[in-house]
Amino acid sequence: MSAAQRPAAAATPSAPTKPSPPAEPPRDTKFEARKEDLRVIGHPFRKVDAFNKVAGLTKFADDLVLPRMLFMKLLRSTKAHARIVRIDVSRAKALPGVHAVITGECMPNTFGILPVSQDEHALALGKVRMIGDPVAAVAAVDEDTAWEACRLIEVQYEDLDNITDIFKAAETIEPRVHDYGNYGNVHKLVNLEFGDLQSGFAEAEHVREDMFFFQGNTHLPMEQHATLAHYDHDGKLTVWSSTQTPHYLHRALTKVLAPLPAHHIRVIACTNGGGFGGKSDPFNHEIACARLAMDTGRPVKICLTREEVFYCHRGRHPVLMRSKIGVKKTGEIVALDFESYLDGGAFGSYGVASTFYTGALQTVTYKVKNYHFRGARFFTNKPPCGPKRGHGTPQPRFALEVQLDKIACDLGLDPAEIRKQHLVPAHSHTANWMRVSSMGLGACIDKVVAGSGWQQRRGKLGAGRGLGLACSSYLSGAGLPIYWNGMPHSGVQLKVDRSGLITVFCGSTEIGQGSDSVLAYIVAEVLGIDPLGIRVVTADTDLTPVDLGSYSSRVTVMTGNAAMQAADAARAIIARGAAEKLGVPAGRLVFADARVFDAEDPDQGMTFAEAIVEAESRYGTIGTVGSYKPPKSAAKFKGGGVGPSPSYSYSAAVVEVEVELDTGIYKVLKVWVAHDIGRAINPALAMGQIEGSVYMGLGEATMEEMVYRADRFGVHKIPSMLEYKSPSTMETPEIITYIVEDPDPNGPYGAKEVGQGPLLPMMPAVANAVFDAVGVRVDEVPVTPEKIFAAMQAKAKGKDARTGPKDTPLVTWPEAMKVLTPWQGGDGREMGAGKK
Amino acid sequence: MPLERVLHELEVNGERQAVAFAPHKTLLEVLREDMQLTGTKHGCELGECGTCTVLVDGKPVLSCLVLGLEAVGKDIQTVEGMASGPELHPLQVAFAELGAAQCGYCTPGFLLAAQALLVKNARPDRRLITQELAGNLCRCTGYVKIFEAVELAAARMRGEDAQPGREVLYGR
Repeated sequence: MSAAQRPAAAATPSAPTKPSPPAEPPRDTKFEARKEDLRVIGHPFRKVDAFNKVAGLTKFADDLVLPRMLFMKLLRSTKAHARIVRIDVSRAKALPGVHAVITGECMPNTFGILPVSQDEHALALGKVRMIGDPVAAVAAVDEDTAWEACRLIEVQYEDLDNITDIFKAAETIEPRVHDYGNYGNVHKLVNLEFGDLQSGFAEAEHVREDMFFFQGNTHLPMEQHATLAHYDHDGKLTVWSSTQTPHYLHRALTKVLAPLPAHHIRVIACTNGGGFGGKSDPFNHEIACARLAMDTGRPVKICLTREEVFYCHRGRHPVLMRSKIGVKKTGEIVALDFESYLDGGAFGSYGVASTFYTGALQTVTYKVKNYHFRGARFFTNKPPCGPKRGHGTPQPRFALEVQLDKIACDLGLDPAEIRKQHLVPAHSHTANWMRVSSMGLGACIDKVVAGSGWQQRRGKLGAGRGLGLACSSYLSGAGLPIYWNGMPHSGVQLKVDRSGLITVFCGSTEIGQGSDSVLAYIVAEVLGIDPLGIRVVTADTDLTPVDLGSYSSRVTVMTGNAAMQAADAARAIIARGAAEKLGVPAGRLVFADARVFDAEDPDQGMTFAEAIVEAESRYGTIGTVGSYKPPKSAAKFKGGGVGPSPSYSYSAAVVEVEVELDTGIYKVLKVWVAHDIGRAINPALAMGQIEGSVYMGLGEATMEEMVYRADRFGVHKIPSMLEYKSPSTMETPEIITYIVEDPDPNGPYGAKEVGQGPLLPMMPAVANAVFDAVGVRVDEVPVTPEKIFAAMQAKAKGKDARTGPKDTPLVTWPEAMKVLTPWQGGDGREMGAGKK
Repeated sequence: MPLERVLHELEVNGERQAVAFAPHKTLLEVLREDMQLTGTKHGCELGECGTCTVLVDGKPVLSCLVLGLEAVGKDIQTVEGMASGPELHPLQVAFAELGAAQCGYCTPGFLLAAQALLVKNARPDRRLITQELAGNLCRCTGYVKIFEAVELAAARMRGEDAQPGREVLYGR
C-alpha cells in the first residue's frame, strides 16, 4: 500500500515533519452533544480498574518484588541547618548484608520540579537544610540490615542559624538557606498591579483591611511513597514509583544520572494510593534508589515510613495575608490590594508557582475592577511546601470569602446575594487577563441556598448554631507547561486491533481520580463500544506518549481532548472501510452498541470488529494519535503564565455548625455543596471527587496542621497519623452534593475540572458559619475550639471579637509591574513592554 | 545481618500453608513479604490508620500490631479470601459499582471491617456503620460512597433486589 492511499486521518508518529506546523484548526470538543444522545458520557459506569482494586489485585509500588531485590534506607539529617563537616560510612559498608552506601558526592547535579528552582540534591551535599534531609543511602539484603547500617554512619555537623519562620527569614540576611532568590532568605517576590488601585479606592464607598493566616497542612495519602529501580545489563534503567508525574521524574533522573541517556531510562508510575499533589515532585529517594540499582546491579526498593512522608511533605504553604478591599454600597469590588507571605520551607519545589497562585484566581469569581497583588515566599529550615489540592489558591480564597462575609455584614447585605450580584460574566476576561469561558457559579449558589434553607434559617438558628456560605473556582489544568516548550501537554495513541480491541496509550497517571477510566469512556463514546472492554495502558515513559502528569486538575480536559482526537481519527478510518463494504457514504454511518451501521437502514451494518477488518484490509495496520495543547493565554505579562487555564470550575457551599458556648468546641453538622463541572463524564465518580474534596477541606478547616518545635531544632511535632488529626468517619458530616452542568466549549463533551475546586469553600464557609453561630471571627485556618473560645472571651470583655494575625514581616518589594485591564484598553502585556 | 527464618504453619483464607518467617515479623509483614499476599496494605505501621486490617478468627485486627507468631493456629482472612472463586463478595461489587474505592489503597481494610460488621448485624443503620468503620481512614472518598456501598451490599446479602438510588449515582 502506498502512502498516498492512506486516509489523511490516519496520523502516524513517523509522518514527515514540516519546518513550521500549520495553525491548529478549531478543535471539535463535542460540548454541544445532547445528553440523551450520549451512551457512555454522563452515565455511572464503574471504573475500568474497579474490580481489581476491590479484589486487592492492583499493584502499588511497594507491592512489587523482583528476584535478588535489595532494600534501601536513608540516613536523614538530625539538624535543621548545618554544614556537613565529615561523613564516615566505613562501618556501615563493613556490615554483612550491606551492598552499597552512597553519599551526596556521587550525585552532584541538582534537580527540582521548576526550572527556576533546581535546588535539590538526591543526597545532601555540603550542607543540610532541614531535619530529614537525606545525607546517605544504603542498599542491603533486608530492611533491618539497611536501618542498622544507617545507624553505623557517622556524620559530623557544624550548626548554622536555624531559620524557623518567615519573620526570622525576613530579618536574617546571613546565613541563607539557599544562595539564590531575591535576597537573604526571600526566595521570590511578586508585585503586580492591574488597573489603577488608587482611583479604585477613591471610587469605593466602603473600605476595610483584614489580616488572615492559613496554617500549612499535608496531603496524607494512605500510601507512603515507594520506588523500585532496576538497571539491566543492556544498560536500561527502569524505575517504578508512586509518582503523579512520571514525565518530570524521567527528566530529573536524566539530569542527575547523566551521562545515562534519557532514552535508556524508563519510568513507570504505579497506580498511586492517593496523591493530592504530594507525589508530584521528583523526590530524592527516587533518584538515590535508581543510583543504588546502577551501583549494585541489583533491583533496589524503598518504601518510606509514615514519619518520612511527613518530612517529604510538599503540602499546603502556611500563608499570612493582608487584604484591603474597597467596595461600592452594593458590594461591587472596585479595588483589591492583596499581600501574601508564604513559608516555603527548605526547597523551591513548586513554590514560585505557588506564590503566583496566591494572587491569580481571586478575580475569576466576582468582578474586581482594580487589583494589586504582592506575594513573598521565604526559605525556612522546615520540610518544603508545594502543591496540595487547590495549589496556592485555598489560602487567598479563605481570605476573600471571609472578608466578603464581613463586607456583607458591614453593609447589611445577604452574603449569598453580594456574591451573586457581581459574578464575572461568562466568556470574558478578568482584570488580570484570565479568560473565563463558561461560568456556572450563580447556579451553584442557587442550589446551596435553596438546599440549605439559607434565606429562612441563616441568623435564626439560635445561639451556638449557624450557617456559613462561601464559593470558589479552580483551574481545569495549567495553561502552560512547567518547563518551556511548544509540544503538546497530552498525547494519546490508539491501537486498533482486528479482534475489536482498542488499546489506549497515554502518559497520564491514575491516582484514584479515575483518569484511566476517563480515557476509556471518551474513546468508547466516540467509537460506540463498551468502555469496560477497552484496554488502557498509562504512565509508562517507554510505551505511552507524554502526558505532563496528574496535577492542576488537568487530566480530564487535556487527555480527554487528546483521546477524543485519536478516537475521531480511528473512527474516520474504520468508517471508510465499512462504508466501502456497505456501499453507503461514510458520513451516514452510526457507531453504537459495538456495531457500525447505516443510519437510514440500521439492519445494513456489521459488528465493530468486522468494520475494523474491512478498514485494516484496505488501509493496513490502524493506529491513530491525538494531542492537546491549551489555547494561547491572554495574560502576556511576565508572571502571567500562572493562572490561565482552558476553563474554570466553580463551587459554592453552605456549612452548618453547632458551637458549645462555654468551650468553643464545635461540630460541622451538614454540608451542601454545588460544583459546576461543565459536564459530568461520569456523575458517580464526579460525586466521589466532590465529596472527597469536602472531606479534605473540612480536615483543613477544623483540625489539620503541620507544626514544628522551634525550640527543638524545628522537629515536626506530630509526624504520625494518630497525632496529625484528620477526619475519621465520626467527624465527617452529611454531605448533600449538587452537580451543575453547563457544557464548556473547551472541554471534551463540555467537561471541566472536578475535585479540587469544592475543597476551597470549606475553610471560609466554616469560619463564616462560626460567626453566624457565636458572633466571633476566626481569621485563621484551622478554625479550632481554642481560637473560637479566645475570641468569645475577648468579645465578653468588650474587646475585638476576633482571633487572627496582627502583623506581617517587613519586605523590600520591587517596583510594581503595571498592566492595563481589558476595560482600560490593555493588551495583556505589562506597560512599557516592547519599548526596551 | 540477614535474618533467620523459622518454619510455621499458618491458615490463611482457608488454606494451611508452611511459611518461613523471622520471629519478630508482624502479621502484616508475613502476609505481604513472606506469602506475597500484597492485597493487605500498610499506611502507618503503628496501628493508627486501619489500612492493614485483616480478620483473625472473624474479628478485625490491625495486622501491623500482631506478630505472625501470634496468628499461628488461628483463622486468618485477607482481602484475597473475600471472593468465592470468580465471584466477588457483594461488598466488593458494591464498592466497585458506587466508586467507593477511589485510589483503592484503604479499600481492603474497609472491606474486611465491613464484612465483620455485616456478620454481626445484617441490617446496620448509618450510625452503626459510621462507628464500626471509624478505625479505618480514607483520604479520597469522604466516606459517603463507602457508607452507601455497605448499605447496598447489606441489602443484597439479605436477599433484597437492591439497586443504588438515583441520587447516589447522579447527585441532586
